[in-house]
Amino acid sequence: MGLNLIVLIKQVPDTQNITGNAMKEDGTVNRGALPAIFNPEDLHALEAALTIRDSTPGSKVHVLTMGPPSAVQVLKDSLYRGADFVALISDRRFAAADTLATSYALKCAVEKIGSYDIVLCGRQAIDGDTAQVGPQTAEKLGINQITCVSRIEDIDVDKRTITAVRSIEGGYEKIRAKLPILLTLTDEHYLPRPPSAIKLMTYKSASTEMSNTDFDESYLTSGADLKAENTISLWDINAIGADPESCGLAGSPTKVKTIDLVVLKSEDLRMIENTDESIGDMVHELIADHTLG
Amino acid sequence: MATKNSVMVFVQQDDGIIAEVSIELISKARDLASRVNAPVSAVLMGNELRKAAESLIPYGVDLLYTAEHKGLAHYTPVPYTKVLVEIIKKHSPQIVLYGATTTGRDIAPRIASALRVGLTADCTDLQIGDYKSKGAQFQNVLYQIRPAFGGNIIATIVSPEKKPQMATVREGVMKMSSPDPSFKGQIIAEDVKLGPDDFPSEILERVKEEKSVNLKGAQVIVAGGVGVGSKENFDLILQLAHTLGGEVGASRAAVDAGYVSKDHQVGQTGTTVRPKLYIACGISGSVQHRAGMDESARIIAINTDPEAPIFQIANYGIVGDLKEVIPRFIKAFKAKV
Ligand SMILES: Cc1cc2nc3c(=O)[nH]c(=O)nc-3n(C[C@H](O)[C@H](O)[C@H](O)COP(=O)(O)OP(=O)(O)OC[C@H]3O[C@@H](n4cnc5c(N)ncnc54)[C@H](O)[C@@H]3O)c2cc1C
Repeated sequence: MGLNLIVLIKQVPDTQNITGNAMKEDGTVNRGALPAIFNPEDLHALEAALTIRDSTPGSKVHVLTMGPPSAVQVLKDSLYRGADFVALISDRRFAAADTLATSYALKCAVEKIGSYDIVLCGRQAIDGDTAQVGPQTAEKLGINQITCVSRIEDIDVDKRTITAVRSIEGGYEKIRAKLPILLTLTDEHYLPRPPSAIKLMTYKSASTEMSNTDFDESYLTSGADLKAENTISLWDINAIGADPESCGLAGSPTKVKTIDLVVLKSEDLRMIENTDESIGDMVHELIADHTLG
Repeated sequence: MATKNSVMVFVQQDDGIIAEVSIELISKARDLASRVNAPVSAVLMGNELRKAAESLIPYGVDLLYTAEHKGLAHYTPVPYTKVLVEIIKKHSPQIVLYGATTTGRDIAPRIASALRVGLTADCTDLQIGDYKSKGAQFQNVLYQIRPAFGGNIIATIVSPEKKPQMATVREGVMKMSSPDPSFKGQIIAEDVKLGPDDFPSEILERVKEEKSVNLKGAQVIVAGGVGVGSKENFDLILQLAHTLGGEVGASRAAVDAGYVSKDHQVGQTGTTVRPKLYIACGISGSVQHRAGMDESARIIAINTDPEAPIFQIANYGIVGDLKEVIPRFIKAFKAKV
């Protein structure tokens, strides 16, 4: 018996690429100018799932993302790297969801897939660093969690246990837990495999298709490949059976009250010339007033 | 004293030692509680807690709820969540604060989900104020303040409709006040009902070393950013830190680029520092980075771009390539001492 693995991923703006032309005059970011990427730690979570599948015959890797239609790109990327099934959870009514409303929608989507053994996601997304969606989804599913997992050491399919190493401040913990479980992964161990050229050719032009039918688990056991028709499932609020009141803005207890632009004013900035002499004087001053030395 | 509507802190202990961030949060809770005229409460879970509990009261805890059980000696999510949810339901605090540690970030979202309340991560400030929305008027709500993604902006988040309002805060952000030995607080032992099914995780091994990087306690910090350019060049930062007897800091982007390990990250989602001297080398001065260092007594900024925001908060600014400036700095210091 293989394992049913579900990976939750997010498409994020590339916060490391906030270069000159992505900045507006007032110091805010022009989001449109930022490339959208696969959240880095989610890519490690996908790799962890693929690694488990490769060593546990009969296992399948499902990938889910909630986002706008353009988020289909990270699903395609998951297919290129070897995912068995992907679905985009997308609906206007999911917009402006905080982490609580997001985890509710993800929980509904995971339950649509039905049976699962391990849910995996990145420790946190780089556009918020909150690390909340993983634990919240676990709680909503009513399952245990191990966060900040650097490495999965062992999975005992018969005993239904997992042993994993998680990073904590200044060290690590080795945890043994029962399945089912949700894991959040760090980027310490699972170096993502590159996309496969053949799969890229197969899935490059895959289209998304609304699917409100029940999730068909037959492919899991038939061993057949997922798609003859080369489509990516699109699940809206009805497809995952979510209550609109618990989704999007309506389902989000946190509200943004105000956004303030930070105005910086140098108060006592002194410019020091980049010469031996000026830097020497500065150092002298700092030693004299006991800041240094 | 009324026990409802308190400002509550989830206290983290490891091997009986209270995490510093928990005490910092109790100090902040005192401040918030005085504004809303409510008591400060704290929750301490573990095994054999008497000593730890008594040490907490002087920081200003009116009501300390303890939950003792062998299985709670070390944190694991399921039993801790179960016990804390019960305590929160029973005592109805209006605010619950958590340290944004590995443990705090593991439990706080589970609690938020179980209670269906809001949670804001990595707040850099907490205040009390009013909130109006669509005709509804809320008084004394918790302003959860944090830099927002998208540039030079700070967002104020509220969650007025659901109680408790919850937030996580990194270590070092709030200041610890000194204990008052004469402070009178109550220690209240809670009933803990946990069965074998409540422990689905077992800790097989736990290795914790003393922190190798002590940014919080450092008097001098030399920090490198993306402008350092490579892991090899980061040696310059190490050299300057070594020469000045300081500690090494970094921006998140420098950590992401692999120049140095995550323990060195300064900022909203790293460590908050207040050294005597902070030297920012090749760091632009993003709002998230500044949140962790702008209370340094003195700041030196070294940057090739004269428009970099870091200059706006610096005391000394050097426009130039750090590969030239740092060797000059080292030479000058060695000549003077
Ligand atoms: C949710 C979230 C949380 C975050 N948390 C943090 C955090 O805790 N800490 C943090 O630091 N960031 C954090 N960030 C990232 C932050 O937004 C910035 O991306 C980051 O601080 C930029 O790092 P930097 O200044 O090193 O890089 P850049 O912004 O790229 O700046 C590099 C600077 O180096 C200068 N430079 C280039 N070459 C040289 C040279 N040869 N000599 C001198 N100067 C040179 C450039 O002029 C530029 O100013 C967070 C972001 C998000 C979205």
